[in-house]
Parts: sequence; structure tokens; C-alpha cells
Amino acid sequence: MRARFRWGGVSRFIVRRLVLGLVVLFLVSLVVFAATQALPGDPARAILGRSATPTALAALRRHLHLNQPVFSQYWTWLTGLLRGNLGTSLAAQEPVTTLLGPKLVNSAVLVAVSAIVSIPLSIALGSWAALKRDKIFDTVSSNLLLVLAALPEFVVGVVLVILLATIVSQVLPAISTIPPGSRPWNYPSYLVLPALTLVIAVAPYVSRIVRASMIEVLESDYIEMARLKGLPERTVMLRHALPNALGPVFQVIALNLAYLAGGVIVVEYVFNYGGIGSAVQEAVLSHDLPVVQTLAMLIATVYVVLNLLADVATITVTPKLRTQL
Amino acid sequence: MIPVAGADMAAAAPLETPPVRATSLLRRSLRLWRTRIGVGLVVLLVLLAIVGPFVAPYGSGTFVAAPNSPPGKGAAFGTDYLGQDVLSRLLDGGRSILLLAFIATAVGLIAGVVIGLVAAYARNAFDDVLMRGMDVIMAFPQIMLALVAVAVVGAHPWVIIVAIALTTVPRIARVARGAALPVVERDFIACSEAMGVPRWRILFGDLLPNTLGPLMVEASLRMTYSIGLIAALAYIGLTINPNDPNWGLMIRENQIALTFQPWGAVLPIIAIALLTMGTGLIGDGIARTAAGIDRSRGAE
Amino acid sequence: MNAVEFSSVPAEPARAAVTVRDLQIEIAGTGTPVVSDISFEIASGEILGVVGESGSGKTTVGLALLGHARRGLSISGGTVLVGGQDILALGDEQLRRLRGATVSYVPQDPASSLNPALRIGLQLREVLEAHAANVDGHRPGRADHSARIAEMMREVALPDDRGFLRRYPHELSGGQQQRIGLAMAFANRPSLIVLDEPTTGLDVTTQAHVLETVRQLAKLHDVAALYVSHDLAVVAALADRVAVMYAGRLIELGTAEALFAAAGHPYTRRLIGAIPRLRGGRSLVGIPGRAASPGNRPPGCSFAPRCSLRIEQCEEEVPALRSVAPSHLVRCIRAEEVLVQEQRRIGDPVEMPPAQDLAAVRLDSVLALYGRHEVVHSVSFSLAAHECLALVGESGSGKTTIARAIAGLHHNWTGKITLGDLPLHPSARRRDADTRRRIQYIFQNPYGSLNPRRTVGQIIGQPLRVFGTATGRDADRRVAEMLERVALTASYAARYPDQLSGGERQRVAIARALVCDPAVLICDEVTSALDVSVQAAIVELLGNLQRDLGLSMLFITHNLPLVRSIAQRVAVLHDGAITEIGETAQVLGSPAEPYTRQLISDTPSLETAIAEVGIAEAP
Repeated sequence: MRARFRWGGVSRFIVRRLVLGLVVLFLVSLVVFAATQALPGDPARAILGRSATPTALAALRRHLHLNQPVFSQYWTWLTGLLRGNLGTSLAAQEPVTTLLGPKLVNSAVLVAVSAIVSIPLSIALGSWAALKRDKIFDTVSSNLLLVLAALPEFVVGVVLVILLATIVSQVLPAISTIPPGSRPWNYPSYLVLPALTLVIAVAPYVSRIVRASMIEVLESDYIEMARLKGLPERTVMLRHALPNALGPVFQVIALNLAYLAGGVIVVEYVFNYGGIGSAVQEAVLSHDLPVVQTLAMLIATVYVVLNLLADVATITVTPKLRTQL
Repeated sequence: MIPVAGADMAAAAPLETPPVRATSLLRRSLRLWRTRIGVGLVVLLVLLAIVGPFVAPYGSGTFVAAPNSPPGKGAAFGTDYLGQDVLSRLLDGGRSILLLAFIATAVGLIAGVVIGLVAAYARNAFDDVLMRGMDVIMAFPQIMLALVAVAVVGAHPWVIIVAIALTTVPRIARVARGAALPVVERDFIACSEAMGVPRWRILFGDLLPNTLGPLMVEASLRMTYSIGLIAALAYIGLTINPNDPNWGLMIRENQIALTFQPWGAVLPIIAIALLTMGTGLIGDGIARTAAGIDRSRGAE
Repeated sequence: MNAVEFSSVPAEPARAAVTVRDLQIEIAGTGTPVVSDISFEIASGEILGVVGESGSGKTTVGLALLGHARRGLSISGGTVLVGGQDILALGDEQLRRLRGATVSYVPQDPASSLNPALRIGLQLREVLEAHAANVDGHRPGRADHSARIAEMMREVALPDDRGFLRRYPHELSGGQQQRIGLAMAFANRPSLIVLDEPTTGLDVTTQAHVLETVRQLAKLHDVAALYVSHDLAVVAALADRVAVMYAGRLIELGTAEALFAAAGHPYTRRLIGAIPRLRGGRSLVGIPGRAASPGNRPPGCSFAPRCSLRIEQCEEEVPALRSVAPSHLVRCIRAEEVLVQEQRRIGDPVEMPPAQDLAAVRLDSVLALYGRHEVVHSVSFSLAAHECLALVGESGSGKTTIARAIAGLHHNWTGKITLGDLPLHPSARRRDADTRRRIQYIFQNPYGSLNPRRTVGQIIGQPLRVFGTATGRDADRRVAEMLERVALTASYAARYPDQLSGGERQRVAIARALVCDPAVLICDEVTSALDVSVQAAIVELLGNLQRDLGLSMLFITHNLPLVRSIAQRVAVLHDGAITEIGETAQVLGSPAEPYTRQLISDTPSLETAIAEVGIAEAP
């Protein structure tokens, strides 16, 4: 099946979604800014605490441009963001980029590893369960995944620690602190448990959606017709069923990747893994505004980009939508 | 479009499978063993949380024995990192999680349903605006928003409730809208409009009762999440009062001592796990019942 | 136990392409029979029509000829011989090779049976590739297949160029999609083709073309065809022999002429009587009650509970399918009596009261839009008081748009619509309550027009509440009255819609519309989703109610013959404009406009299909 794009329609669609995404990000930036700097109350006092001296407070206010009208504060922040100047961390007294850089890499590696494992796994699980519907594999896996899906990720993480790192067995490290300056791929054993936790957090959802989507396709009229035409079962599955089942799956994959990006926050804490998760917590606890703002925008951007990719992928697989553009 | 005539219609396979009555859906879902187990678990743990403080052998802040002592006389499951009785803290620690989760989910549910139904019924620019607004909120992982809110305002109960409710709203609104859109197209809504029935009456009298199936499933899903989130927040250290016992907090405090005194972390883990499994099973039971009813309708 | 006697069957057993014996299909795992004792034969080049209403099992039988049973059903007994092979005894791989090659299937809904993600060229090619056989040691290659595909396309009167083959299913019209289905079915020159209501959902004109194509191809390739349908008129026009199914059994089998001239089974007679006729305003007569579902069928003859000829013996055991004339089999112990009855007795001519002068509803230069697209171009007509005006047209003609505009459900129009003297606002919400009360609307889909969460009583009572016409016990009484009026009992008030059949639901919808004494009733394709016999009953009911209550009725339909039985005047709509309007007998008997003539000639009807011997006479 050679897909031939009608460039006019598809690119117009992409541009439209891009614009929409930018609008959302813009609104998000407003919200983030409002939440962190524009709320009633004194951010400076919140940061420095009760015991702060007036001079320290004044200095901080100047540093944060809190004396200026709200809009110009926002403008300063936004333009800075777009220029790549993400501000200076208040807690660490160094540029946010240097602070977050390596942590970002760590988290990205963790998310990537988890995604590479979880997505093919979920698709395979979901498809197989749909094919062998209501038989043993399906019922067992459905129930197991249901249970796993319900558990909060940190619970899964700690349970894995109990099972594999401390009490039941000790095959893997319980803590995954990557020494600062080194790269996560140099310490593969540290990645295993956090990645496994994330896989367990994401896989149940994706595989259940894949299963439902597959079942719907398998029960469709055109699959029945393909069989009644006397096509070999393999052709029915691969040429007729799979492409139609994948459409909605892209959306779900994107959502789950985005969820992974949020899930790292807690999972990294469980294993003391030095990524953006731990950065978020530290920043939040120490009221480190620039870092919090940057991280919030970062995660929001990831969400929006992933959703855009999912929409484009869905269009690719659904000719009906393509020709309607 | 020329309507499809005759052909296996009438009493046999209807053009659309009609939604199910809510009360009968709940009752029927209780026939499944999984729903019963789910309900059982939830009831058990809710009772534990409510009654627990009254039957705890010690106060949750009482020093009972040396820190991290193994189970023995006085402390059925040993002591935690400060020497407090693990069992007593467990019995005390469920209330806040459950209460916060319940209120947050309920608030988010109500707001989300209203927004979703209105968006589906409006079907025009208003719908777009509402859903874009929902997209903005959904650009944050739930926990991120909660963290930021707590960071900025402080760890008050209402902050946590608002943060979780706020992030629940768009997710429920999406489901409500998705469930309502096909219903809005149906002729009995047009019939009410032709009669001039006021819009709010159509929304809550005609539309809402016909979307209850998916809504109930989503509500139990959200409940599961909310519980997990609040426990996670406590686990990270963002509790309202660090001295109050809280299952999430207990896990955090006692994780270090896992190798020699596991009960401090294991018990609350079991409690949270059973609770979330319970709500998850209930949601799954309802979903299966609704799907089963639809399928049997279609096959008649 | 049921003896099947065949006496000098025209299709000699040696020539019979398909032989079915004692076919039985049941609900998987329970043993409840859905279809039983099915036996028939089809000769090469012959078309056997299988007719029946919902739940008769006709589609199930059709699929069984490919060795296929839908989810939840299983083929539990019998043999299906095609070319000497028993299909039901084949293994999976043999069955696969058979399907699409020796036996093929044309589905009912072409839109959903074509894979939306694949180009049609590929979908055509794969049916050839899957069954590509070695012929003279030479395996067909790509070029061979391409040539064959081009040939197939020409056979079904579709363009054979590559550009057309690169289209996706949704880029084709319904008629084109169905032709692709036909092309795929005939591709490998099968011995048997099963056609499952392939023209349902198509326009009358398109339907005519597709039927013609089917007839030609079947004759050309000498294929045995099984044509499943609920539409007797179509079957009469197309089939050589007809089998009638009721409640999972074959109750009559004979040649088309014999059957339609003088059927032997009471059900067949009633069914024929329920078909709307183009000529002669006949009142339609439905069949009371409904067919029993699998598992609930009575011990004796399944039709006995609804049959006016039943005697005690009918309920004791299932009658045997026996021969009452050469090649005419009937499953009824009183068949001989039925045969001699005159068919024409069914349905009395309708007395239409003359229309009055004052107009109940008048449209002046109404122009309606859907978005930016104009669908109704400056239409003007009037509906007189106490008259029934039929609005006939095909899909896209704008008839529903006009109806909804009158009711205030479609807002995007210009022009003037008046109710009596009162101009109507485009939006129903802006009209005052009394105006809303006086115009009532009945929708097409009985499954969507009733709120599943309310009881029948609440549904019918809703207008009373909204318009404040009656409350409390008064309201209950009124509801009970209306239920009686529409031939349902007062006990229905406590039931929920999903407990009712399609016909019953439409009656509830009618009751709801009439409970507040409206002046104008708009019926939008109200019988299109119903079985023929149920349709007859509903149209009959509406006709009577309209005359008794003096309603002004706008009856919207695409079914031309139906108009005869209910409307005094008819307006023919084409592409958003009225092409012809006038007295029903006039317009249908001697149409002035070419479009009307085209429509009438494309409509399959019993009268035009076979020489009517003693059936309906022109009034």
C-alpha cells in the first residue's frame, strides 16, 4: 500500500494543528506565569520564608522584576524563554540550562528506554488478546493488566524494589543515583527498575486500547467480507485488520508517552534517579520559580508536540480523512 | 441518505443499541464476581479508614518502642522509623487520603459533566472554545499541576482538592462529551427541541441519563487515579501535616528500613494497592456489563 | 420427521448447481434452532429469491451457503452440495479456497464491506490473487490480473482506467460501491453467488441499474444465484423461483409466477397484500402480532398465532413442506383452500375525502441551506386543511429539509412559511407554545425517537406536560386513550422502549404526536425502517387517523407506491425543486414530467414484474 500524500491538504492540516498547538502553549504559558508569579501574595516572601530580612526581600524582588507591572514581567519572561534564556535557578545559583541539561538527558534516556519496551509490548499483547478473545490468554492478561493499571506507579516501584532489590531477591540495585557528570547508559543496571516501573505503568492502558480497537476491527463488516472472499488469514490480519486498528492507537501512544513524561516525576523519586522528576520536586520544595516555570513549559511542550505527531500519524493511516482535507 | 429499509430490523437488530438504565446497570454489574470483589475491597478499606482510629491500640504519635523494631509484644507489626506503632498509624492513615480523593473526584466529576454535556449539545464554536480550554489544562500531567499548586500556595487541603479536581475536569469533560455526541444526534432530542423544552431540561433530563454508562466507568477510573495521586503527593513529601499519619507518607518514611523492618512500608502499600484495585475492579465491572448489554442487544 | 416431496422438479437433479438438504443453524452452545429444515435446489443460471421479514433467518441461510455463521451462531446440521462437494464438510483451507472462487457473496452494505483504508483496485486484485490457479502450467501474473480486472469493470459498467482503480471506497457513490461488490463476486466465475439484499439503501434509480446488472451477469456466466431480500417487488422482478421464509423455516417454494398469482401459504398471501401498489388506491393490510424469536417459537406451525385460518391441528405439530402443484411446495395443512382464494380480496379501495380550500400550511419561495450549500431552491406549495400531501423524492432531494423547516428544526432558510395566517419563525424555540403544539413531527427512526430512559407513558405524556394541556390523572387517562387509539393496550404505558418492536415504537411516536390535538402532522419516512407487513399496518393506522381526526398531513417518503394508499395529492421533489404536483391518481397514473416517469419506471412493482392475472384491477 503505497501512500501518496496530497501535499496541499495534509500540509494545510499540519499547519492548522501547529497553530493550534502554539495557541495552547501560549495559554499554558499564561497559566504557568500566573500561577507562579502573578498570584496574590508575595512570591519573594514565599521563597525566602518568614525570617527574611527586608533587604534580602528587596533584592530578590528586583532580581525577579517583581516591581514591574505584571505584563512586562510576563513579557520579559516569555521573550527570555524563547531566546533560550531560561533564567537562573534561585536555589542553585546557576543558569537553569546548566542545571537541567544533564537531568533532562537522564530523563529522556529513561523515557526512551521505557517507550521502546512498552509500546511494542502493549501492541503485541493487545493484538494477541484480541485474536484469542475470551480464551485463556485474554482473560488472564486482561485481569492482570487491570490490577496493574489500578496501582499508583510509586506503589509499583516500591513493590519492585521489594521483590527484586531488597527482600525477596537482590538482583538489581534499589537506588539508581547516577553520579553527576556521567551518563545513564554507562549504568544500565540503574535503568532497569525505573524503566520497568514505567513500563508497568503505561503498558496496561495501551494494550487495552489496542485490544478494544483490534476487536472492533475484527468484528467489522469488511473483515468478514475479506474472509468470505477466501483470502488467507494472514492477509486478512496484516493487510486488512492491522492498518485500521492502528489509527486510534497512535493517539493513545502519544498520550501515554506524555503520561510517561509526567510519570517520571514520581518514579524518579522512588529510585532517587537524577532526572527532571527530582528537579521538579526540589524546585517546588524550594520555591525555585525559574526552574518550576521552565519545567512546566517543557512538559507542556512535550504534550503538545506528541499530540500533534499522533494526529499526523492518524491522518497517514486513514485515507478517508486525508482526502477530505 | 436513503434509509435502510426492512432487512433484519424491527425486533431483531436495532439501528443503534440504546443506552442502558443506570440503576439497572449498577445492579447488573453487581452480578459479576469482579464487581463484587471490588466493592468488597473498597468497603473493607473505607471501614478501615473510618473505624481505624477508634480501634487503634495506640495513638499514632505515641512512642511505643525503639525505632524500627520488629513485630513483637506491644507492636503487632513492629514500629516505624520514629518508634511509633505501625499498626496504629496504618489505621489512622487512610482517612485523609479517602476524604480528599472523594471530594476532589466529586467536584471534578460535576464540573466535568456539565462542561462536557454543554459542549456536546452546543456543537458549535462554543464547543470548540470549551474543548480548547480543556486542552490547556490537560497539557499538564496531573501530578505536575498539584506540585506547582502546592509549591506556590502551600500544602493546604483545599489546594490539593482544587488541583486534583481541576485536572480531573477536562478528562471527565472529554468522556462526557464523547458519550453525549451520539445521543445529541438522536431524534428524541430533536423532538424535545421541537416542543420547545428549555435547554437545561434537555441537558439534564434527556442527555445526562443516557450517558451514565461511560460516565460511571470514567468516574471510578478517576477515583482510582485521585487516590493514587494523593498518596503519591504524600509520598513525595507534600502532605498537609507531616506529623499526621498518611499511607503515602508512611511508605516514604519507612522505605529506607525495608530490608530489616519491612512492615512499615509494606502495610500501607497493601492498603493502597487493595483500595485502588477495588475501585479499578468496580469500574471494570460496570464497563463489562455495559458492553455485554450492548452486545446482547445487537445479537438479538 | 418432515418429509420433503419433490415431484418432477424443473431443475433436473443432474443439472442442479446447488442442493441444500435439511440445513439447520442454531444459537451456539444452546441448541436453540434459528433456522431448520431448509431444503431447496438451484439450477445453473437460475435466480432463487429468498424472501422474509426480520428474524426469518434468510441472511443466515445465505451465509451458510458459504459455510459461514455469524458470531454466536453455528451450523448444526444438513448438507450444502455445490458442484458435488458438501460445503459443510470441508476443512478450513478447502473452505477458504472455495469462498470467492466457487461460491461468492455480495454483501448488503457495500460501504462497510469495503476496507476503507485500501484502494479498490487492490481489493479487486486480491480476490484474483487469492485464487490464482495454474492453468496449462502457466500461473497468472500481474498483467493477467490487470487485464481481468479491466474486463470485470466493464462488465459492471464502471470505468476501467487505472485512475479510477486508485480511488478509496469512500470516494465512490453507493451504487458504484455495490458494483465493485458485484465485480468481486463474479471475478472468479463462481458456480453460486449469494446476494444479501444488495440494493437496500440505494436510490430507486441506482437500484434499478444494479438489478439489471445482476440479471445480465447471472445469465451471461450461467451462475446459480441466491437473492435474499425483504422486498417482494424486487424479487418478483428478478427471480425465477421464490422461497418464502418465516420464523426460521421455509414455508413456501415455487416459481415467481405461481407464487404471486396465487400463493399457497396464508403468510405469503398477507405479505403480498401488504405491498403498496402503484396502481389502484388500495388500503394496505398489515399482519397483527409479530414473529416469534428463536427459542420462543410455538410447537406447531410458527405462523399459527397470527393466522386467520388456523385450526387446532395447526398448533399440534409442524406441517410438512408438501407439493400442492408441480414445483410448488407449501408448508400448510390448509394450502388447497388458500390457493383458491382470490388474491384481489385483500385491501379495499380507499375513500379519500376531497381536500378543502383553506391552506393549513403554505410555503412561499422557501430557500434552504445546509451550511453554505443550497439544498432547497425556492419551493412553494401549500398543504390544504384535512388533506394528506405526500412529498416524494430520492435522497438529497430536500424533502426532509423542508419538513424540518416547517417544524422549526432546521433554521437556515429564507422565504415564508405560514400556519394558517401566522408566519412561522425558523426556530421552534422562538415560536409560541400553541404554535408548537399545533405542528407535530414523527421521525423516521423508531429506535432514536424515543428516550430509552423513559417509560412509554412518560414519553406520550411529555407533550401534555410541556404544553400544559393536562396534568395528573387527566393526563394518565389521555395517555391510555391514545394508546388504545394506536392499537396498543394501556398496559404498554409502563414499558420501556427497548421492550418494544419497531412497529410498536412507531405507534408510540404517533401517540405522542397526537396526544395534544395538533392540526398538522409531519411524517418523515416513518415506515422506511420497518418490515413490509409492519409498514402496511402503520400506514393504515396513519391513514385512518388522518381521516378521522381531520389532520393536515405531510407524508414524506421515497417509496412511490406507498403514496397511493394514503395521500390525496403528491408532490415530486428532485434536487431541491418540485417537478410535479397534483392528485395522486393523476401524477402516478399519467405523469406529466419526465423525471416522474423515470421514477415510476425504475420502481420495481409487482404489477410491472409479472402479468397480473386476477390480482389488482385499476380502480
